[in-house]
Amino acid sequence: MSSERVAAWTEAELGVEGRVLDVVTAPAGVLSERGADVDPTAADMVQLAADLVATMRVSPGCVGLAANQVGVGVRMFCVDVTEHPKTRTHHGTFVLCNAEVVASSRNEKAREGCMSVPDFTGDVKRASRLTVRGQLPLTGEEVELSTDAFEARALQHEIDHTDGFLFLDRVAGAHAIYPRQTYL
Amino acid sequence: MSNDLYAVTVIGHDRPGIIAETTAGLAGLGLNIEDSTMTLLRGHFAMMLLCRGAVAASDVEGSLAPLAAGGDLDVSVRPVVDEVAPGSGGTSWVLTVHGGDRPGIVSEVVGQVAQAGGNITDLTTRLSGDLYLLVAEIALPEGADATGVEAAIRAAAERVGVTATLRPVEADEL
Repeated sequence: MSSERVAAWTEAELGVEGRVLDVVTAPAGVLSERGADVDPTAADMVQLAADLVATMRVSPGCVGLAANQVGVGVRMFCVDVTEHPKTRTHHGTFVLCNAEVVASSRNEKAREGCMSVPDFTGDVKRASRLTVRGQLPLTGEEVELSTDAFEARALQHEIDHTDGFLFLDRVAGAHAIYPRQTYL
Repeated sequence: MSNDLYAVTVIGHDRPGIIAETTAGLAGLGLNIEDSTMTLLRGHFAMMLLCRGAVAASDVEGSLAPLAAGGDLDVSVRPVVDEVAPGSGGTSWVLTVHGGDRPGIVSEVVGQVAQAGGNITDLTTRLSGDLYLLVAEIALPEGADATGVEAAIRAAAERVGVTATLRPVEADEL
């Protein structure tokens, strides 16, 4: 079953060392453009997959990172919500290429932030039951997985990135944007 | 004396206690606060409220005079009349605009809304670093061509180098 395949996946499969990349912030144009479809088996894309995971790992609180957030306009992202308190179902660390939503239901509103929009958070309604399809890097295997709660939210946030949308494009209303609290 | 409605605005340097002092003055006159909104605009205190009661405007002004005495807050009191609620039948939308800061983004985009007969019912803009952000709620009149309005807004946004997204307001009736 491909859900189990995704859960078993780790970045060690990629066989390359990930590098920590700089994260770009809005209004960088690359964040507002739909990424190009990728060949998951191409060597530079395998390296990018490893880089995304490495960059996510060193970023405090980061549960997902899309390629355009490191300045590369292609449809790839990584996710790992394992440690988040709002997580129910999860599939550990994984990278998906050319991912799309297959089915979604049960919308819930919650406040989101994003490394590429460091100064704001916003209330966004997302499906809490979700099925997505995509390809694993290196092998290019097509996988489909169903999830819920926080992993569902993270996947929709990342797939939005690959389509050139930020959470700002989905906030619930004019009073659903909040300056992020900074403690001096 | 009738049951008058007053619009009170308080704008200026922020500090703890402004709302407490304002509302104490109004409560002391027996005024009832109806709608109100308050926020910080780049650190500046900004509050508007509507209050109602059988009180003369000069008395309302007098009760709030201590607020303005320090010279760092502007207080105004203005009698207003009840507005007729707009008729239903239109559609509600959320518009998000974001991109690199430059003068003219808001006017370029909201000009398209006005041209379509759309009414902005709620608006927030924020500037942080180079990121300019606008989120507005828009009421489009019955029969408006939403697709056409969206295309016009997108084209306007493109002219000033930002992106725009128009989505229907979603309300879950429970």
